[in-house]
Parts: sequence; C-alpha cells; structure tokens
Amino acid sequence: MPIKILVTAKRVEDYESKIKVNAQGTGIVQEGLKYKINPFDEIGVEEALRLVAKHGGGEVVVVSIGTKDVHEQLRHALAMGATKAIWVNHTGPLDQMTVAGCLQKLIEKEKPHLAILGKQSIDDDQNQVGQYLAEWLGWSQATFASKEESLESEAEKTKQPALKLAADLSTITVVREVDGGLETVECTMPCVVTTDLRLNQPRYASLPGIMKAKSKPIEEHTPASLGVDGASKIAVTKMELPPARKAGIKVPDVAALVDKLKTEAKAL
Amino acid sequence: MNFDLTDDLKALQETARKFGREVMRPKAAHYDETGHFPKEIIQQAWELGLINMTIPQANGGIELSHLAQAVVAEELAWGCSGMATSMIANDLALLPIVLAGTPEQKEKFLRPFTEKFLLASFGLTEPGAGSDVAGMRCTARREGDHYVLNGQKQWITNGEYADQYSIFCTTDPAKKHKGIMCLVVQGRPKGFTVGKHENKMGQRASNTVTLTFEDVKVPVENRIGQEGEGFLIAMNTLDNSRPLTAMFAVGNARAAMEHAIDYAKQRQQFGKPIADFQGIQFLIADMAAETHAARLLTYQSAWMLDAGQRNTLVSSYAKRFAADMAMKATTDAVQIFGGYGYSKEYPVEKLMRDAKLIQIYEGTSQVQRLVIARELLKGS
Repeated sequence: MPIKILVTAKRVEDYESKIKVNAQGTGIVQEGLKYKINPFDEIGVEEALRLVAKHGGGEVVVVSIGTKDVHEQLRHALAMGATKAIWVNHTGPLDQMTVAGCLQKLIEKEKPHLAILGKQSIDDDQNQVGQYLAEWLGWSQATFASKEESLESEAEKTKQPALKLAADLSTITVVREVDGGLETVECTMPCVVTTDLRLNQPRYASLPGIMKAKSKPIEEHTPASLGVDGASKIAVTKMELPPARKAGIKVPDVAALVDKLKTEAKAL
Repeated sequence: MNFDLTDDLKALQETARKFGREVMRPKAAHYDETGHFPKEIIQQAWELGLINMTIPQANGGIELSHLAQAVVAEELAWGCSGMATSMIANDLALLPIVLAGTPEQKEKFLRPFTEKFLLASFGLTEPGAGSDVAGMRCTARREGDHYVLNGQKQWITNGEYADQYSIFCTTDPAKKHKGIMCLVVQGRPKGFTVGKHENKMGQRASNTVTLTFEDVKVPVENRIGQEGEGFLIAMNTLDNSRPLTAMFAVGNARAAMEHAIDYAKQRQQFGKPIADFQGIQFLIADMAAETHAARLLTYQSAWMLDAGQRNTLVSSYAKRFAADMAMKATTDAVQIFGGYGYSKEYPVEKLMRDAKLIQIYEGTSQVQRLVIARELLKGS
C-alpha cells in the first residue's frame, strides 16, 4: 500500500562551525557560517525514504520554514529522494508553536499517513515541535525513535527501515531511546515520530539525485496563508557562551585524589 | 563575470566533499601502503554518480558541465589523488566515444556504464611513445570486417580491472599522426594480455599496467571515427580531461595546505607554535595563494569548454601551473612538518609522492610548456 510521509528539513548551522556570539549579545555571528539540514531531520528524511521503498512506493513531502535560503535544505532532501517540497516563507524569529502550527495546517492539507521529524534541531535544542504537533492533531506520538541493530548491522547496510509499519498502515512499532536503554512502543496510526541519532545513517545526495532535484516542485506558503500567527511569542533577551572550562590538574596518587574530592570538590 | 558557484555546483561539491572526507580519506593510507585496488570505494563512487560524469543524458548519463566535473575532481583528489585517478580514468576512457562516436556506438559503449558498475581504460602511451604520441607502434591491420591489433600499451590506468578499453593504434607507423585511429576493445579477447601492476612511487591506489595485443581481432564497428582521425580524437580527449587533471593538483595541494596549517598551529618550538614564525607563515601564504590561483585558472579552462571555446592554451596553463604548484606546496608541507613530515606516520609525504605523478601524466609539465609556446608562437 503506497504511503505518504511528511518530513522536515530545518536549516541549522553546520555542527562543525565555530559559533560566536555577536558583540551586542543579541545573537550569533552569521558571517562565514555554513548551514546544513538539521542532522535529526536528515535522519527523518532517510527513514521516510526507506519506508516508502519497503512499502511499494509513495510520497515523501519535505517542509522547511524560513527565508529563501531554506531552499538549499529542501533541495538536499529532494536530492536524497523526497518527492515534493513545501517552503513556508518567513523572515525573523520563530517559536516552536508557530512551527508546530504551520506543520499542523500543512498536514491537514496534505493528509500524510505519518510525520517524521527530528527530535530537536541542533541550533537551540528545544525538543518540542513533534510533541505539540501530535497533541494538536490528535495523533499518537513516538519520540526519540532508534533501533536495536547497530549502524554496522546488515539491516542498516541494506537500508531497511527501523520503524515497522503494519501492512494495512493501522499501527507503527517504534523502538525508543530512553534513559535506561531501549523501549518498544506500538502506536495507532496516524502518528508523529521524532528521530534520535542512531535510527539510521542518512544516504548521500547522489549526483543524479541533485540534478533531478532541480525539476522537482517547491510549493510556497506563509504562516499567514496557512492561518498561523507568525509572530514569535519568545523574545531572546541575551545570548552568551558557556564559561570556558578551567584547566584540569594532575594529582600524584589516589590518596591525594580522594583528599581533593573530599575537601575541594566536596563530592565524597 | 561571476565567480560564485551556483547552488547546483555547491550541492555537487558538498556530496563529493563528504565522500572525500568520509569514504576516501580514512582508507587513503591503507591503499597507499598496500598498493591494492580500492574497487569497493570506486563502486560506491559509481553508485553516487561521482564517476562517468561525462556520459550524455541521451545515453542514460548525467552529462555534467566541465565546470561541475572540475569541482567534483578537486574534492575527490583532496580525498586521495590515487583513488581519484582511478575514478576519473573512466571518464578519460569514455571521452573518445562521447566526442567522436556514432549514436549507435554511444548507446553500445556508454550506456552499460550507467546501468552497471564497469571500469574503462584509456590506452594511448606505449613503451616507446610517451610525449611523442605520433611515434606509436601499436598497429591495426584491416582484414575484412575486423582489425588485427598488435603492440603494447604502457602505464594504463585500471588496465587490470577494466571491462572496456579505448585503444589508440596506427594503420601504418610511417604515417605518424595521420595513421592513428581509436578502437574500442571489450573484455579480454584472445591474444590480449595484461601485465603486472606497476609498483609506483605515488598514487599507489590507482592500478597501472601494461597491455599486450597479439593478433587481437577487433570488429570494424568498434572503430571510433575514421582511420587517421585518432590523433585528433586523442588530443580533443586530452583537452577535455586536462582541467580534471589540473584539479587533482588543486585538491592535493589544498589537502597539504590544510595539514600544514593544522600542524603549524599545534607544533611548539622555542616556546610558541611554529605558526607564529614568519618563515612558516610565508610558506603557508604561498600555498594558499597559489592553490587558489590554480583553481581559478582551471575553472576558466573548464568554463571555456562549456562555452564551446577551444581551451588548449588555457588548459595547458592550468595543468602546467597546477601540477608544478602542487609539487611545491606538498614539498613545503613536508618541510613544515620537519622530520615528522618525512615519516609515513604523517599524511604529507604521501601527498608529495602523489603530486609528482601529476607533473608527469596526461602531458608532462614540459609538454604543457611546448603546447603553450606553440600556441603563442604559431602563425605570423
């Protein structure tokens, strides 16, 4: 049974970039920064492509919100194999509720069977959108999706999806990463899944894929056209880097270590 | 005039860069040490469309622009120029067919490469005919509906593993360049033998062998172009591939520069990082300026091909400048690393050995100078 899956592709700073806070403390210095698709979202795109391949075809619709710069991330997902892209044109800050609101409206319009989002984005690590979205849609949710097999396993090499969809698409079984290890849940569909790091190893955008992506459609919306308030309800008052770590010390022996732990660190 | 890479080019570069960083580089030292053939890595490159970039869309290929191919070539060479040589060997071998094949020949000799992982070799050089291409002695005698091929080809990249060969030979050595033609040899016909892998100084991941033909029958329909057109086809092929070879030098030099910068910042002497010394700074500054100059020169030579312009002069500038530049940059990188640079424990001595070959293959630095001078001095 062909399936339709909605995925996200947030534009975030490349995790290899060195982030600096600007002199006014109002934001980061953007000059010279590289941007990428949020790695957790990329894992979501990969999982969606694997599910579609396993279930005899279907559609993967990728969504990004931001200025026209986000086309770069949408094209990346299209080059990986997504079918269609949706760009929500928005300039300025965004809060999690606006993002979830836009996704909710798009899901009501697109009617996918499943939504796969990154568990969080690596810029401000909020981890909220998936949960809001499931609640507002009245869908079930499975956050921190992972798998039992390692990333070196045969299942990973042959690009098997880790999410297990019932053939009639009535349920989905998700292995979740939790504090104590892994937990397996079965959810009624439709469902919002958010991805954790070990769910899969995303494929490269192939050169033919990149060339094909040029002719794939990018549909444009705005928060207003979707009926969502685009004004951020969160104001950033100040931004600063965490204090630099102090240099460590060497202790001559175990006794000195225990002493320091007792007297200085007061950890014992 | 616009020096920005388009979004498409940036996306292609991103994939090639990621492949160079995550797939090629971690294995570069291993294949350099063993001299084994990195077939699995080249197959992965094939799956991503990083080889056979030149095959026309009409034959199932992606037909990348020359500029795009150059952008990709830099990243592959940054990963490992030995592996890159083996990867781009396919494009070099398929170019004569792309440039001069009939529609039927293109379908027959190019399409299979888009459907299956296959390797091809370009056979021009002979034991006695290197820079003097017209001095070749590999002969093909016409007998009815086939040619009978006799002779030897030397320094043939991927020759041991290739499924198809573009072999340049002559109907009569006395005719010099007017006797040359190009034949496509498929598989291992009777009388065709492959010599042992050359134990090379650098680019050791690329397979290099001698091919010997003894009364090898090749169907006449495998002839690309006419008898006597082979020299021109070979020269056109090299005009097309020269920007890629120049880009290998750029990728190799960029790798050396990055290693040198990282090392200079952390290596302490006289109580401070050696990057604080002007003697080191000047070496790095030259590497950076010259790598960038070579890249732009090469981009221009590729851009000219895309614009339908003859690029012989500028691509010879690019290949000459980039190859000599990479030799200097990698030698200086070894110098910055000092004793450690001379050790195989560190990555820069490999880059220096690899760079040497770029001054030699696909037209030595001296041949490039001859071409440049000939272009400038001809006429009037």
